[in-house]
Amino acid sequence: MRSHVAGSDTTSAADSEQTAIILDSVDRFLERHVRPYAQKLEHDDIYPEEIVGHMKELGLFGAIIAQEYGGLGLSASVYAKIVERIATVWMSLTGIFNSHLIMASAVQRFGTAEQKQRFLPRFATGEIRGGLALTEPDCGTDLQAVRTLAKKGTDGNYTINGTKTWISNGIYGQCFALLVKTDPAANPRHKGMSLFLAEKRDGFRVSRKLEKLGYKGIDSAELIFEDYKIDADCLIGGVEGRGLQHALGGLELGRINVASRGVGVAQAALDEAVSYSQIRHTFGKPICEHQAIQLKLGDMVTRVHASRLLVQYAAEAYDAGRRCDMEAGMAKLFATEAAMENAAESMRIHGGYGYSKEFIVERLYRDAPLLVIGEGTNEMQRMIIARQVLERSKSGKKA
Amino acid sequence: MKVLVAVKRVVDYNVKVRVKADGTGVDLANVKMSMNPFDEIGVEEAVRLKEAGKATEVIVVSIGPAQAQETLRTALAMGADRGILIKTDAEVQPLAVAKLLKAVCDAEQPGLVITGKQAIDDDSNQTGQMLAALWGRPQATFANKLFIEGDKAKVVREIDGGLQTVEIDLPAVLTTDLRLNEPRYASLPNIMKAKKKPIDEKTPESLGVDIASRLKVLKVAEPPKRVAGVKVPDVATLVQKLKTEAGVI
Ligand SMILES: Cc1cc2nc3c(=O)[nH]c(=O)nc-3n(C[C@H](O)[C@H](O)[C@H](O)COP(=O)(O)OP(=O)(O)OC[C@H]3O[C@@H](n4cnc5c(N)ncnc54)[C@H](O)[C@@H]3O)c2cc1C
Repeated sequence: MRSHVAGSDTTSAADSEQTAIILDSVDRFLERHVRPYAQKLEHDDIYPEEIVGHMKELGLFGAIIAQEYGGLGLSASVYAKIVERIATVWMSLTGIFNSHLIMASAVQRFGTAEQKQRFLPRFATGEIRGGLALTEPDCGTDLQAVRTLAKKGTDGNYTINGTKTWISNGIYGQCFALLVKTDPAANPRHKGMSLFLAEKRDGFRVSRKLEKLGYKGIDSAELIFEDYKIDADCLIGGVEGRGLQHALGGLELGRINVASRGVGVAQAALDEAVSYSQIRHTFGKPICEHQAIQLKLGDMVTRVHASRLLVQYAAEAYDAGRRCDMEAGMAKLFATEAAMENAAESMRIHGGYGYSKEFIVERLYRDAPLLVIGEGTNEMQRMIIARQVLERSKSGKKA
Repeated sequence: MKVLVAVKRVVDYNVKVRVKADGTGVDLANVKMSMNPFDEIGVEEAVRLKEAGKATEVIVVSIGPAQAQETLRTALAMGADRGILIKTDAEVQPLAVAKLLKAVCDAEQPGLVITGKQAIDDDSNQTGQMLAALWGRPQATFANKLFIEGDKAKVVREIDGGLQTVEIDLPAVLTTDLRLNEPRYASLPNIMKAKKKPIDEKTPESLGVDIASRLKVLKVAEPPKRVAGVKVPDVATLVQKLKTEAGVI
């Protein structure tokens, strides 16, 4: 008779068993608490407060925060699978925990020991939720042009003034990784940039909720800072001038996440098309038996699988600690374009019903475009990929 | 009081099963497997008893191949304390399962054993009843509600005409029906914690139980495909078709 305590073994079999159980729980959460309500909440652009409560219980807000701070410490590969699953049912939900986790990972990677102890356990439970405040009315891609200013006082603490826009979780979140200039005259410009953890209080207000084409339910807002006082110990890492590096440091993971959302939306568009095309008849047979529809389905399913493989490829590189801006960029580019194309093709397959609010495809069609813009536009991804391939070729490496 | 819950790894209820071409069984290649839904209800009920302070320990037991460990791990993530895997690749019929569970009962001395009313793969609906007989203890099948009162249990049962309430002495065997509770899904932190909970491995031989099949499956076949109906223009045609084509009048 053999007796053993698992947990001491970290074999890949145990890991894949655990991943299967995790994904099963995520599926149950989606079927029980999300799918029946998503369509209505989305159409009315209502913040899914109850669902967020269930996300908290499920533990999503701590997914990639280290276990020593009360998180789950999941790998990027497993995290990507969770994001894909959720995006298949309602993409907006993924933004609620992903922006939050990118903020948390900035603290985890670059914060001081004291900052990690102070913030990460409360981020992990979802007690404090938040996001990233980088974009401003006059700049998104060109972040070095931010104008929000943090002025150091004689006591060593800071006063911040400026406006941020398009900030996900802006209304319901309590804490944001805020990108500012601490030295607007610095050259190069990024040497004057810093990232703070800014909690809501006097001097920090939401000026308005932004109305959007899609990505509804989640709150996108404009945030205003007016003589907002913040202590020096909220400067991530404790040293000025590293803000851009800290903000961009989370982007590889951010891109893997947005790519996973792309896979989810592309998969959902495919699923809708596959089931509708078997039900709808024209000229005496289900439309899936017409070759024109099959050509679309063939392309759609291929795009989904290729996207998923690119995401896993990037996530594995990330988990192995390798540089993966090119891999994450390719996954983000390909998977989000796949989401756009599959949503449009699925809509065509649905004919007039694809244009109806009673069917899911019209939402997918509105949600997909965000993915090609957010977390670095796809134009920027192409440039990053090209630069890397050129650089690797110069150093004699095959891309 | 210890509560023992039997959990079986079965084809997921969402899967459309296919019969193997040679008629020997159902094709299991690349098919999603999950915990039998009635067993999930059993785990939920046991965990609730523990949360209410009526149970001291929840033990889950599964009989099957190495992969049944995942089913146990799921139950541990839902809140069970430890698992027992009785490992075998052989086909195990209800009587053999009942004998194995009896052996576990002898070793663990639980105050309550919960099984599903049936497993959704072979729908036998026999294991709980056979276990009660072998163990010589009372049984309450098709449970809709359970109340533990000292060394007795009051159980509301689902029967053909409605609901029936019975009182039984503990230790006893309970089999779950669909409406007993809505089982929780495990939270991700609890899934991580479950990785550290112990699972004991045993074999039918180590428990001294002969699991040889007593029943022989002759053939497994798919139910006949339903063909599309026809619309009839009037009652006269209907009656005529019922007479000549359907042959029912
Ligand atoms: C729904 C939504 C949610 C968002 N959430 C957040 C959030 O939580 N936090 C946050 O900080 N931001 C957020 N954003 C902002 C988002 O990150 C930016 O919109 C994005 O980075 C693009 O910036 P921009 O809008 O300023 O476009 P611009 O930078 O003005 O770009 C306009 C166009 O020019 C192209 N372009 C720019 N520079 C170059 C170049 N060098 N070469 C070639 N082409 C170029 C771009 O690809 C694009 O096509 C969100 C946006 C949306 C729509």
